[in-house]
Amino acid sequence: MDTKRRTFLKAAGVAALAGISAPAVSKLAEASASAVPAVAENSGGTAGKMRYGMVIDMRKLYDRPDIQEKMAAACRYVHNIPTFDDPKSEIKWIWSAPYEQAFPEQSSTHNADVIEESQFILLCNHCDNPPCVRVCPTQATFKMEHNGIVAMDYHRCIGCRFCMMACPYGARSFNWFEPRPHIAQEINPEFPTRMRGVVEKCNFCAERLARGEKPACQVAAAEVGAIYFGDLNDPESEVRKVLAENPTIQRKPNLGTKPSVFYIV
Amino acid sequence: MYNKGLIVPGLIILVLLVTFPFWFDAFSATKSTDPTVEPPPGGEQHCIYPADEMRAEHMVILNEWRDDVLRNGNRGTVTVDGKVYGKGLQLACMKCHTNKEEFCDRCHTYASVTPYCWDCHLTPTQQKAGLKEAN
Repeated sequence: MDTKRRTFLKAAGVAALAGISAPAVSKLAEASASAVPAVAENSGGTAGKMRYGMVIDMRKLYDRPDIQEKMAAACRYVHNIPTFDDPKSEIKWIWSAPYEQAFPEQSSTHNADVIEESQFILLCNHCDNPPCVRVCPTQATFKMEHNGIVAMDYHRCIGCRFCMMACPYGARSFNWFEPRPHIAQEINPEFPTRMRGVVEKCNFCAERLARGEKPACQVAAAEVGAIYFGDLNDPESEVRKVLAENPTIQRKPNLGTKPSVFYIV
Repeated sequence: MYNKGLIVPGLIILVLLVTFPFWFDAFSATKSTDPTVEPPPGGEQHCIYPADEMRAEHMVILNEWRDDVLRNGNRGTVTVDGKVYGKGLQLACMKCHTNKEEFCDRCHTYASVTPYCWDCHLTPTQQKAGLKEAN
């Protein structure tokens, strides 16, 4: 026999090593082939799809806390939002906050006086890449594909509050208490309330848009014309024209959430 | 047969006792306890489907409407006898069935089901009078 025991053992060793490492090698090869960033799919085609967006002209709201309160009151009425005095349990759909809270990334040491002294009106940004949707375990919150609104189905919400952790804008509130006894204003008979144990937030007035009406806050701010609302994917829409003509900022843009609410400051 | 005098009457008594619920119900004057619901106070005669179908399927229809309105972006309307309603419990059903207590609750109480509709949706009384006054 030509084969010596020594060479046979060498060959057997190499074969065994190859056999053991083969699955790992093929897994590695697979992984490198599919290593496309997961975020990219969100920035895909927009053709034929609507994406509602809002431009808030803060120049018209700087010294107008009365208008800002009117906007909030209109929203409270339309959506039967309760009022809690304790900021830890308050329910916020649309609210006002100072510049350094609204735009922490853009703040600088020498802002204009008007920016330092004014409150900014804030609401859910209806992000194109919404982190709240990604974390929701029951798909109670989801992005509506046909208009880009980040909506909620309160029937499904289990109150886990992952979305509140995920939202970088503080746009979500949890009902720690039964909300009904705390609805201070008159009730809107066309809209439900919420129950204890669900998260709630601005819905961009989806129910009003469906009836062909404008968002309640836009109507409330109509006397100064501070709000523009429309389809961000339509180059001919009013919002797109306003965006093209004015420099605008978004809240925390570097997080990559792609907010649909823009501010002219 | 031994002890005929004891066994036969005993058997008769046993049969009578076992069948007691049936003949008691048959001969007593008590009426059926099946729930009866009141028709809409406004006198509407037609719902979106015939009554039997609504009785059996209303919960499925409500779930379908919910998904249509909230998820599929299909907030269409329903037309019954020329009247147009928005899809929804508050927007359609309760517009005619303004007597929730005599309509919804009668059967639900009888069947011991507690749907969570009214945790959030407003009953016609609440819609009319406001939450504080109605409760």
